[in-house]
Amino acid sequence: MSIREDQSRFRDIVRGRIKENFKKYVTHGEMIGKRENDYVKIPVPSIDIPRFKYGPKQRGGVGQGEGKPGDAVGKGQQKPGDGKAGSDPGEHNIEVDVTFDELADILGEELELPRIEPRGTKMLSEKYKYSGLAPVGPDSLRHFKSSYKRALKRYIASGIYDPTDPVIIPIRNDYRYRSFKVSQQPQANAVVIYIMDVSGSMGNEQKEIVRLESFWINAWLKKHYKGLETRFIIHDATAREVDEDTFFRTSESGGTLISSAYRLCREMIERDYPPSEWNIYPFHFSDGDNWSGDDTRLCMKILKNDLIPSVNFFGYGQVESKYGSGQFYKDLEKEFPEDERIVLSKIKNKEAILGSIKEFLGKGR
Amino acid sequence: MGHLPYHLEEERKRIWELACAVGLDCYETIFEMVTYDQMNQFAAYGGFPVRYPHWRFGMEYDKLSKSYEYGLSKIYEMVINNDPCYAYLMEGNRTVDQKLVMAHVYGHCDFFKNNKWFEPTDRKMMNTMANHATRIRRYMDRYGVDAVEDFIDKCLSIENLIDRYAPYSPSKVDKRQEKQDQTRKALLKFDREYMDEYVNPDHRHEFEPKEEDDRMAKVPERPERDVLLFLMHHAPLKHWQQDVLSIIRNEAYYFAPQGMTKIMNEGWASYWHSKLMTESIMTDSEVIDYADACAGTLAMSPMGFNPYKIGIELFRNIEERWNKGQFGLEWSQCDDIAEKKAWNTDAGLGREKIFQVRRDYNDVTFIDEFLTEEFCVENKMFVYKFNQRSGRYEVDTRQFPLVKQQLLFQLTNFGQPIIHVENANFNNRGELLLNHLFEGVEIQYNYAQETLKNLFAIWKRPVNLLTVIDEKQKILRHDGTELKTIDVLAESQVKSAEESTGS
Repeated sequence: MSIREDQSRFRDIVRGRIKENFKKYVTHGEMIGKRENDYVKIPVPSIDIPRFKYGPKQRGGVGQGEGKPGDAVGKGQQKPGDGKAGSDPGEHNIEVDVTFDELADILGEELELPRIEPRGTKMLSEKYKYSGLAPVGPDSLRHFKSSYKRALKRYIASGIYDPTDPVIIPIRNDYRYRSFKVSQQPQANAVVIYIMDVSGSMGNEQKEIVRLESFWINAWLKKHYKGLETRFIIHDATAREVDEDTFFRTSESGGTLISSAYRLCREMIERDYPPSEWNIYPFHFSDGDNWSGDDTRLCMKILKNDLIPSVNFFGYGQVESKYGSGQFYKDLEKEFPEDERIVLSKIKNKEAILGSIKEFLGKGR
Repeated sequence: MGHLPYHLEEERKRIWELACAVGLDCYETIFEMVTYDQMNQFAAYGGFPVRYPHWRFGMEYDKLSKSYEYGLSKIYEMVINNDPCYAYLMEGNRTVDQKLVMAHVYGHCDFFKNNKWFEPTDRKMMNTMANHATRIRRYMDRYGVDAVEDFIDKCLSIENLIDRYAPYSPSKVDKRQEKQDQTRKALLKFDREYMDEYVNPDHRHEFEPKEEDDRMAKVPERPERDVLLFLMHHAPLKHWQQDVLSIIRNEAYYFAPQGMTKIMNEGWASYWHSKLMTESIMTDSEVIDYADACAGTLAMSPMGFNPYKIGIELFRNIEERWNKGQFGLEWSQCDDIAEKKAWNTDAGLGREKIFQVRRDYNDVTFIDEFLTEEFCVENKMFVYKFNQRSGRYEVDTRQFPLVKQQLLFQLTNFGQPIIHVENANFNNRGELLLNHLFEGVEIQYNYAQETLKNLFAIWKRPVNLLTVIDEKQKILRHDGTELKTIDVLAESQVKSAEESTGS
C-alpha cells in the first residue's frame, strides 16, 4: 500500500527533526530511567506546510453555549475548536512517540559512532541449523524434493524420460539428505562498570551531567551487546556497589579517595568477569579532586597493574566543578601519555555531553 | 475492500428508493466495505484510493490511525464527489450506523450533483487523481524523489492562494482569449500553421504604430488572485515543475467547493438522513442507537463551531419559515414579536425552498441570507475573542450583527487572508510583490516567513508581501537568505526625496 511509503517518508522526516535537535533531548533529565522499549515523548518543532494564515491571538471565532460576555470559553488555555477558522494557535509543537531504542540509534548516527567489534573469538556459542544437503544421511532426513529433482534430471539427461509415462525411479545416487551446519556465533559478553564520584565537591549540576552521560553511554552499549551487564559503583572516601536506581538518584557527600573505587572495581573484575571472556568497560566520572597525592599514586598503580591490562578501555570523564582542582586528569595524562586503552574526556557543561560521549565511544573498542 | 453484504445491499436499495422518492437526485453511488485501516488510508488521501506520493498523507494517516487506535476518533462516512460517487462504509459498524451513513451519503451525492458551486468540478476526479499520481511518480523517477517532493512542499505552501471564484466567472478567461483574437485579426492570414512565422514575423510589430510601450506595462495588469496560475505563467520554472504546480492547483480547485459549502453540505446530508431515518428506515429497536449517534455528531462545544449542527438547524428553520410564510416584505417589516412568532399563512413552500437553496447557495450567501436573530439566540451563538490580559479566550458578545459578521468573516476565503499578486516587476528589479488585503487581522509572522521563503524558491527573485504589522503598513521581503521588514512609509519618503532631488 502506498500509504506505507508516505508514512515512512513522514517518519524519516520526524527522525531528521529529532536528529537536528538531538542535543536538546540528550540533556533532558526525564530521559533517565527509560528502557529500550519505552516510548519517549519528544516535542518536535512543527512539521507542517507553512501557509499565509491569520495569527492566533487576534483571531476570534463563533461558539455556541452558555456564558456571559467576559466569561472564559472552555477551560483555561484551550485550543479553539476546529471551526472554519480553526487550527491550533500559538506554538506548533507536535509530540512524537519514539522508542528509546530508536533514540539510541539516532545517537549513534548523530555521533557517527562505530559499531563495536566483539573482543576475540573465544566466546563462541555453537548453533546447529539444518540448512544444507548431504549425499548421505538417515532416511528420516531424506529430502524428497531435491532427491526427486536429481532423479528427474538424470532421467532427462539420459533420454529415458517419457512424458506420457512420467515414472521416475530414483537410485542410491539421487538421494539427498538434510544436513545441519554448525554455525559459530561470536558472543559478546560485556560488562560496563560505572563509577561515580559523589563527594562533596560534586555539585548537583555535576552529578546531573555524570548521570546523563552514563545513561546515554549505557543506552548505546546496550544496543550493541545482548545481555549487557552493568554494575554501578559510587564513592566518596569509601566505595560501594549500588543498584542502577540508586546510582541515578543518590546524593551523598564526603571526602574523596578514588583508590577505594578502583580497588572495588578490581575486586569485581577478579571475582566475576575473567578478562579472557568478557569485554569490560569501566567508566569513571569525577571532578578530579582527589584527597592526596599518595592516593593518586595508589590509583595509578592499580590502573597500571590490574585494571588497564584487563579491560577493553578505561574511560575517565572529568566534570568541571567550582571546587575541584581537576588535578586527576593531569595526573592520568602524565602517567599514560600514549596508552590507547585509557580515554580521557573533559566535560565542561551539559552541552559538552554529546562530544564527550563521542570521545569515549568513537573508537569502537 | 469489498461489496456490501446481502443485508446491507437490500437496505441500500431501499434507502436509494426512499431518497429518490423524496426528490433527491444523485449520481450512481457505489458503496465499498473497508476495514478501519483502509478507511484511515483513504481519509488520509482525501477520500481517493490513489494519490501522488507525499509525506503529508503519511502524517495524516499516522494521526488518524493513532487517534483511532486510542479510541479518540472514528470516521463514519466518506464520500467522493465523482460520477459515479464513491462512498465507504466501515466494517464492523452497527447496522443502524451503516443505514444512517447511507442515507447521509445520498444527501451528499445529491448536493454534489445539484449545487451550483460544484458545477465546474471534475466529475472524473478519481481518474484524474490517479493520472496526477502517475505523472508525479514519473517525475520522481526522472528527477529524483527528493527534488520532486521538495518542490511539491513549496507548491503546497501556496496552495491556498487560488481564486476561488474564478471558475464561476468565465469573463476572465474570455477577455484574455478576446485580446489574443484581436491581435490575431491584425495579422496577415495564412493557410498553413507553419507559415505563421514567415508571414507574421515578430519584428513586423516594429513597423506598426504603438499604442503604449509594452515594456512599461504592468504585470499583471490587474491584481491577480490566482497566484498559482500567475506563477505557472511567469515564474522561471522547468517544464516538470510547471506541471507539478498545475497538478497542485488543479486539485486545490477541485477541493475548493467542498470548503465553500461545508455547512450547507453537511447540513443538507444531516437533514436528509434524519428525515429518512426517523420516517422510514429505522426499526423500533434501533432508536436508541440512532439517537446516540446523532447526539454525537450534532453536539455543540463552547469553542467548537459545528457545521453539522448549524447546517441542519438552518435548513429546518428555512423549511419551517417557508411553510408558514415567514418571509417577504410584510414579515420583515413586522415589529411585533408575538405576531411574528405566531405568523402562519400556510404557504407550504418549505420543501421547495430548501431544494432551491441547496441548488443556488454557498456557505457565505447561506449564512448571510438565512441566519436570523431568532436563530442566533435560540442556538446560543456568541463571538469569542482572545483576551491579552487574562491570556484566555473569552465570550466577547452575543449581539446578532457581530456574530453574523464574525461568522461571515470566518467563511470568506475559508478564514484565510486574501492575497494577490500586485506586481511582478516590483522596484523595477523583477521582484514579486504580493498584497495582503488587510481586514483587521494580521497574518502569522513565522508562517509568513516560511511561506515567503518557499515563494522565493519558486520565483527565484526576492519576494515582497505588503501587509500590516502592529497596525502599520509593512513590507515583508525575503531575498532567499533572510526576511526583512521594511517600513512602507519610510520607503515612500525615500521616493519623494529622490523625486525632489531629481526635479
